Amino acid sequence: MSEQQTAATTDETTDAATETDGKRTPVTTGASSVVRALENAGVEAAFGVQGGAIMPIYDALYDSDIHHVTMAHEQGAAHAADAYGVVRGDPGVCLATSGPGATNLVTGIADADMDSDAMLALTGQVPSTMVGSDAFQETDTTGVTAPITKHNYFASDADTVGDTVGEAFALAAEGRPGPTLVDLPKDTTMAETDREPGPAKPPETTTPPTDAEIESVKTAARAIERAEKPLLLFGGGVVKANATEEARAFAVDNGIPVVTTMPAIGSMPEDHELCLSWAGMHGTGYANMAVTHCDLLVAVGCRFDDRLTGGVDTFAPEAEVVHVDVDEAEISKNVHADYPVVGDAKAVLEQFADEVGQSPDAREWRQQCQTWKEEYPLAYETPEDKPLKPQFVVEALDEATPDDTIVTTGVGQHQMWAAQFWTFTNPRTWVSSHGLGTMGYGLPAAIGAKLAAPDRDVVCVDGDGSFLMTIQELSVAVREELDITVAVLNNEYIGMVRQWQDAFFDGRRMAAEYDWCPDFAKLAEAFGARGFSAENYDEAADAIEGALAYNGPSVIDFRIDPTENVYPMVASGGANGKFALSEDQL
Amino acid sequence: MSGDESADAPGYEFDGPGMPGPAPDERPHPDGRRNAHGVRIDPEVEAEPRYRTAVVSALVEHEPGVLSRVSGLFSRRQFNIESLTVGKTTVDGHARITLVVEETDAGIDQVKKQLGKLKPVIQVGELDGDAVRAELVLLKVRGDEPDKVHAITQMYEGETLDAGPRTITVQITGDQQKIDDAVDAFRQFGIIEIARTGQTALARGDTPTTPGEEPGHSTEPKNSTYRDETDAEDN
Ligand SMILES: Cc1ncc(C[n+]2csc(CCOP(=O)(O)OP(=O)(O)O)c2C)c(N)n1
Repeated sequence: MSEQQTAATTDETTDAATETDGKRTPVTTGASSVVRALENAGVEAAFGVQGGAIMPIYDALYDSDIHHVTMAHEQGAAHAADAYGVVRGDPGVCLATSGPGATNLVTGIADADMDSDAMLALTGQVPSTMVGSDAFQETDTTGVTAPITKHNYFASDADTVGDTVGEAFALAAEGRPGPTLVDLPKDTTMAETDREPGPAKPPETTTPPTDAEIESVKTAARAIERAEKPLLLFGGGVVKANATEEARAFAVDNGIPVVTTMPAIGSMPEDHELCLSWAGMHGTGYANMAVTHCDLLVAVGCRFDDRLTGGVDTFAPEAEVVHVDVDEAEISKNVHADYPVVGDAKAVLEQFADEVGQSPDAREWRQQCQTWKEEYPLAYETPEDKPLKPQFVVEALDEATPDDTIVTTGVGQHQMWAAQFWTFTNPRTWVSSHGLGTMGYGLPAAIGAKLAAPDRDVVCVDGDGSFLMTIQELSVAVREELDITVAVLNNEYIGMVRQWQDAFFDGRRMAAEYDWCPDFAKLAEAFGARGFSAENYDEAADAIEGALAYNGPSVIDFRIDPTENVYPMVASGGANGKFALSEDQL
Repeated sequence: MSGDESADAPGYEFDGPGMPGPAPDERPHPDGRRNAHGVRIDPEVEAEPRYRTAVVSALVEHEPGVLSRVSGLFSRRQFNIESLTVGKTTVDGHARITLVVEETDAGIDQVKKQLGKLKPVIQVGELDGDAVRAELVLLKVRGDEPDKVHAITQMYEGETLDAGPRTITVQITGDQQKIDDAVDAFRQFGIIEIARTGQTALARGDTPTTPGEEPGHSTEPKNSTYRDETDAEDN
């Protein structure tokens, strides 16, 4: 600052500087401009693991207020960042070194990609002079991640690397969200530069729509008005577009029953009479009956995954389809849209609210849906003593925790029971791996979720198999003093596989038995967490009370009935209306 | 749902195996149906989806990796691609990729939309039947009958690029039909090797090849990622 400046200006400038960027050290290297770009984007936490090629970035983080969480494994970093982003609604950030660090992120990136979760991955890379020489810890990271990212960048210029990172961050969140990656060769991050990156802004070649073309809204509105058996299908896009308020209002104002997809769990309160919960392979019988019999399906922000549709030839056979999506490529990709509406879910639902004049006359249809609710309730059998039923455990946890509790899961039967028997009433409270179905997602996701929402309860409903895949992240929960509860529904099987083997492979249970499970309670204690076990209903109640009361990470090993299966079930590729209620119906 | 009063408490007696509700075959079922492409159909008039050939032109930022992104998209999504050509345009930093694909109407629609989602892709257009299209082929044939080879080359307005005692290499350009005919005509001499470029194409007349495409002139690339220092200054 020039000495000629008046005292007043100097004071003002100093004040402003202390307020906005008091602790900010100037940009001196590519690495510090990367960190500055993250700060500009409002990043408060990042998840990662150190290593040779990423060290310059970590060195720059040393001077930053960004809370870095060192994870036990890069897969954990990616899942934690993903969940952090899901809960907060901004992209989560993860970091890894080149080679094995970057490849360890891959599963988490692919997971975020399948679920359209906004996430930014930063990977170290060998110096660009050595790229292509099979140098130590070199992997073609942009090549490996091209099919599982929205876009990725190889940053070769220290002056622009900060802007590139800002662009990647903004692109991750823009339109249909997804993961982006910036590969950072060490010479770029080490090189000197004093270029301050600008604010994070998306690239100019991408311009997702907000409002839909009004003609498409009007035609869809007419179809909604004249429907006799209309059904709303909320997909994950409703949550991502922060459109749950508009979505609920539209359903209630027009008296239209709602089914959701799994990623959209919580978008409509599951205790609302219009809500039929989620449809699909293990969805509720009433949701699948409604999908099968509706005459108009208004799908918002969903991609018609095959776990939802079953065989497309038998999906919603009677229905005309209104499909609202911000990603035009989703329209008519899997299920033909009679009324395509391309736009942001929040904006389009507002347009719908204006355009739909007369609510459809759906009284009989609503009654029919209620009848199905009574005919096909989610139910289970609870014997007096043991073995414990997993569904009971889920319900008991739900009852013992506040409404806004965040639930994360692994993948398998336990995930389905959690989705079925927990009553979700708020968006962004269900954090799970849907599209990729990644075992091991639950614990790192719980860590990310707790850091995103420190004031809320976080419960990870896990399977014994899934828990073992990323159990090392317990060390992180202990180190970060995170008050999370891991409820392991331990059936000593990789249960979902066992269920399929019993149903479709003559009960030949090849590689599905986990009778060598460690004692999870003891293992928790070894990590420095609290451990509990329960094998009957009384012990379960005590363990839940104890774990929730403990202010830190705790693990409850629920020894559940190993023979319990997930129903209802639509056979893979089958018709939604033909869900089986027990094995002999498969 | 924990709202089920029947399922709340331990000790709940459940009669019979599985869950309540009629068995799959006892439930009401609509007769309608969709085809494998998710289109609701009348089973009486169901027809197999027809494949057609489409020429798709994509204007892209000419940045590293763009070609592998495009080809990666095609292999990942299992689109049937016949040929792909790429080259610079008159705008600095832009390139045009011309793709010939054989797909159903729905498939071609997907090709265009998925291409349009790639970050370096600026615009995508499908060319109609009267577009200007051309392909180049190099043919190496046996050199036993140079006069006859020359005659055929002239017939197809080609050019002789190399003539040796044992082989003659010629170049033919033109639309696909002409190239196919030429290749057939050269067969009599015994074709030793062949290299075809695949089609490239532009829309005829005033119509832009990709929607909204400006007449070519040099501008700075829009993309901030790979620009050089001079571009970076004005940000
Ligand atoms: C990383 C990964 N590997 C394999 C699978 C295949 N798979 C799906 S469910 C399942 C069993 C899960 O077992 P567990 O976590 O114990 O849950 P449970 O089904 O017993 O509740 C397996 C192996 C998967 N989804 N993810």
